[in-house]
Amino acid sequence: MGLVQKLVRIARLRSPWLFHLNTGGCNGCDIEFSACLTPRYDVEQAGILLAGSPRHADILCVTGPVTRNTRAALEAVYAQIPDPKVVVALGNCPATCDVFAGSPAIEGPLGRVLPVDVYVPGCPPRPNDLIRGVAQAVAILADQRTGATSTAKGAKS
Amino acid sequence: MSWEKVLLALFIFPGILYAVPVAWLMLWMERKLRARMQGRIGPPFYQPFFDFVKLMAKKPVLRTRTDVLLMAGLPLLAVSAAIVSLALLPVFSGSRGFAGDLVLLVAFIEVPSLCAVLAGFASRSIFGQVGATREAVLSITYNLPFLTAVVALAYSAQSLQLADIAASPAIWVRAPAVVTILLCLPVKLRINPFSVSNAEQEIYSGPATEFGGSQLAMWELAHGLEWVVLTGLVVCLGLPFRTGAPVFDFAMFAGFSLVLVVLLSFLAAGTARLKVAQAARFYWRWGMSLAMAALILAMLPGIERLVR
Repeated sequence: MGLVQKLVRIARLRSPWLFHLNTGGCNGCDIEFSACLTPRYDVEQAGILLAGSPRHADILCVTGPVTRNTRAALEAVYAQIPDPKVVVALGNCPATCDVFAGSPAIEGPLGRVLPVDVYVPGCPPRPNDLIRGVAQAVAILADQRTGATSTAKGAKS
Repeated sequence: MSWEKVLLALFIFPGILYAVPVAWLMLWMERKLRARMQGRIGPPFYQPFFDFVKLMAKKPVLRTRTDVLLMAGLPLLAVSAAIVSLALLPVFSGSRGFAGDLVLLVAFIEVPSLCAVLAGFASRSIFGQVGATREAVLSITYNLPFLTAVVALAYSAQSLQLADIAASPAIWVRAPAVVTILLCLPVKLRINPFSVSNAEQEIYSGPATEFGGSQLAMWELAHGLEWVVLTGLVVCLGLPFRTGAPVFDFAMFAGFSLVLVVLLSFLAAGTARLKVAQAARFYWRWGMSLAMAALILAMLPGIERLVR
């Protein structure tokens, strides 16, 4: 590994920016997610920022069971995140659809739509678990090569 | 100005070699101080550097129906304009510059903001367009008092050369004019209470919303360099003397710039965002009154002579 690759790897470990998307969940996970940014957990000390635009992000954090109406938005957002990127499924809903399982309005779980790298179970998961999940995602992100992942082809950008 | 001096100013001090690390330091200071005042710990000091490296190593996703050259060129233009305007600053007593360099400096200081306006429209996104519109409106708003203050300083020094302006105006012209320029800094740097054009909870990042990877890295760098230029400008025009020894001049320039960053960070952490109309009202009422006072004070000796 060359010096530049080493530097890039360290930079990816130290500056993961998240994009957060609710695909039809109950908002419980989103509240726990927001708690990570507050003084009690303060993820910015690990370089984690919440990005407003998917084009700024490295990690896509998805909550909710992926309803029929949010699927197109989910795919568009995933396509807009520049490579390398990692997907984290926050809570039970994106993993198993949880209480929404079997509903005709659901296209999930998330694994059917996007390649999921890290699952963080819980209903909702505690902020500590979310931070642990992001830490795992960062480790996966750091070892990816630029342009290594290319899924969800044909989605709008 | 000889070629060696121009290259020295562009690439060593106060150009790239000095400005880029200091830009990252200032971006970090702003984030860290804001975090500390919100009761958080905040990012470590190498954070803006690693953000930059990480963004440079990402592959931007091209947006459909946008001009690729424009999208890549505008952030680069903003960075280079900021570096050129830095190189024009009269930091040392020996740096004479050239006649009319004030006009060039004022023009180049405005280029990053113009690039942001163009970028907002070029990115063809609703958030970019709203941000660009706000940036354009604010640019008209703050440039009126800013330019009036600059004209007052230039009139008082009877020169368009930065070195003369840094040396000569009397304190009663210099004080209101420099305070006016200082008032314009938060809106030029897009920080609270004037973070209207990149209002993150309303329109994401405004003009920079659709930029990713290396293009976004360039925007971040341009923003950091704007911090260095604008705080440096206030220090250069505000300090009524130079020690003559380059080491002390350098220390004063860098030190007072960092003090200004601390003050601006306090302001940003302690205030909430204003609306466009409120920001405009502030600059046209208070900024303009102060700038007009400076201009009238600068013209007083001339009027006196005319009356006699």
